[in-house]
Amino acid sequence: MDNATTYREAVREAIRKAMREDERVFLMGEDVGRYGGCYAVSMGLLDEFGEERIIDAPLSESGFTGAGIGAAMNGMRPIVEIMTVNFSLLALDQIVNNAATLLHMSGGQFNVPLVIRMATGGGKQLGAQHSHSLEGWFAHVPGLKVLTPATAQDAYDMVGLALADPDPVLIFENALLYNAKGSLDVEATPLPIGKAFVAKEGKDVSVLTYGISLFKALDAAQSLAKDGIDAEVIDLRSLRPLDDETIMNSVKKTRKVLIVDEGWKSGSVSAEIMARINEQAFYELDAPMERVCTVEVPLPYAKHLEDAALPQVDKIVAMAKKVMGES
Amino acid sequence: MELDLAKAKEFYKGMLLIRRFEEKCVELYSNQKIRGFLHLYIGEEAIAVGLMSALGEDDAVLTTYREHGHALARGVRAKNVMAEMFGKVEGCSRGRGGSMHLFDAKTRFYGGSAIVAGSLPLAVGMALADKMMKRKRVTVCVFGDGAVAEGEFHESLNLAALWKLPVLFVCENNGYAMGTALKYTQSETDIYKKAASYKISSKQVDGMSVTEVAKAAARAVEDVKDGKGPAFIECLTYRFRAHSMFDAELYRDKKEVLEWKEKDPLLAFERKLQELNLWSGINLKEFEEEIKGVIDEAVEFAENGALEPVEDLEKFVYSEVSDG
Ligand SMILES: Cc1ncc(C[n+]2csc(CCOP(=O)(O)OP(=O)(O)O)c2C)c(N)n1
Ligand SMILES: [Mg+2]
Repeated sequence: MDNATTYREAVREAIRKAMREDERVFLMGEDVGRYGGCYAVSMGLLDEFGEERIIDAPLSESGFTGAGIGAAMNGMRPIVEIMTVNFSLLALDQIVNNAATLLHMSGGQFNVPLVIRMATGGGKQLGAQHSHSLEGWFAHVPGLKVLTPATAQDAYDMVGLALADPDPVLIFENALLYNAKGSLDVEATPLPIGKAFVAKEGKDVSVLTYGISLFKALDAAQSLAKDGIDAEVIDLRSLRPLDDETIMNSVKKTRKVLIVDEGWKSGSVSAEIMARINEQAFYELDAPMERVCTVEVPLPYAKHLEDAALPQVDKIVAMAKKVMGES
Repeated sequence: MELDLAKAKEFYKGMLLIRRFEEKCVELYSNQKIRGFLHLYIGEEAIAVGLMSALGEDDAVLTTYREHGHALARGVRAKNVMAEMFGKVEGCSRGRGGSMHLFDAKTRFYGGSAIVAGSLPLAVGMALADKMMKRKRVTVCVFGDGAVAEGEFHESLNLAALWKLPVLFVCENNGYAMGTALKYTQSETDIYKKAASYKISSKQVDGMSVTEVAKAAARAVEDVKDGKGPAFIECLTYRFRAHSMFDAELYRDKKEVLEWKEKDPLLAFERKLQELNLWSGINLKEFEEEIKGVIDEAVEFAENGALEPVEDLEKFVYSEVSDG
């Protein structure tokens, strides 16, 4: 396996491919053109496709997200880039009240084939307003699909999957992953939306996670292995729809569950997964389920406090041991 | 506003403090003492200094993430600003905010918002409270040209005008929102005209001239306090550095940057003082030494500051209400 492609390049290549193949696809967002993208994802695309298809939008998140919805309803396949999830809050009305509802409200007449990409996550000492992990919020809303690519392969595949989907798809790219390298096979058949991926098989405890926490969970699994605990690590990939089947199969195998979610605990994806396991596989469990989430505090700037707030490998290890009855 | 030697010294020293403070920040960022995003104010110093000179103690200030200059000019202590960026508990926000979220109750400095245009509605509300309580105060809200594209800008200007609120909007138009020039995002690039369309008394000034800004601000503050409703000042300026510390500056010409550097607010003011025969009264060496002292002290204070104990992580999520 070569580890030649960064997550950033993977997203860029996927956008480039889609734009070459389908003239309806365009990219719109703040600083996507001349600046090259806030995280340099779209660097070089303006030169190749011109400013009619790589559109520098003003700081009008609600306005250009709504325009993306309108263009999608009218035959285009827009990719709207919202710089970060933090600013998607200014577009929440368009996403929740329009993108998610139009198909239903119109009795199935108007679908919204829109892709919205945004960076997410904390861990860079950017303070409370720039460190949110709100993907779980969006996963609450019927009508939306919520994808959380962790690997370069998924970063690439999910752009294509989302564009092929007839309905609004939100892609959350953890900002700390853009420089991460991974292998990329552009010929591979992508795992569909709604399918989780068993990133590491194991028999003792199921660690369910997504996004950047996948790598923390895999590190934790390595450390647990030294103590004789064989953790199974599942990359959820999609928070809406959730892959109940893969989750329940793993629960049946290991009979123990730990969920790692960078969102806050209250009302989180982790809470939803626990509820589903309770509904669908309660009698398969050998121990109470546990989770590692972000401490319920707006993320502080100071590094030691931010580190303490976010899920970390040592917390995952400790919690896994607790689930195993070893602490 | 009379420009005498005392005023000239105050202005020059104020701008020089910001300039040297920001330069020190660059160094400390490279040494990884300061982390996160860091947005420098170099080139725009005249606005903060001119504007704050027009305010009284009772007035309030709300601003953006590019706010070190505003904080210093408002009188927030350099050492508390520095400690904040070191993430220390002695910082003006206890290390919880960082560079973009400086807060200081003593000087009624209501922060540092990092959501573009996020503080305009807050300023409207602060002014509404003052009006309702019949307090003769002004709330100043500073933001960039990028904010003008947000809905909150338009909603806030309309409300302020409609309700005749004592708020002064100050737009620092440095021509760019990150890497996107104003002409690519606005159909009307004279921002003050937008404010005028909401029937707000509004003006465009040379933001590289501390005296121009000070004069306009003083007049606006007086009018606002006299109950004439909101005012708006567009300051034409330029940031000499990258948007933040990570920015390849692919979006602008070196030539353009050099042209604006000719208008450097410190140089421009020096030229003006020479014309007025006041420059000889300025002892630059003394200023530099004094400022170096302040900054060295700030860095030392920040270095020696304490980290808030991790056990306190969940503090300040809700207010601590005493039950006694
Ligand atoms: C609502 C929102 N959208 C996007 C951003 C990302 N962002 C941070 S600063 C900035 C540019 C703002 O430019 P301007 O208002 O002109 O201020 P300047 O940086 O020039 O002082 C952008 C797009 C943000 N912080 N908030
Ligand atoms: Mg600007």
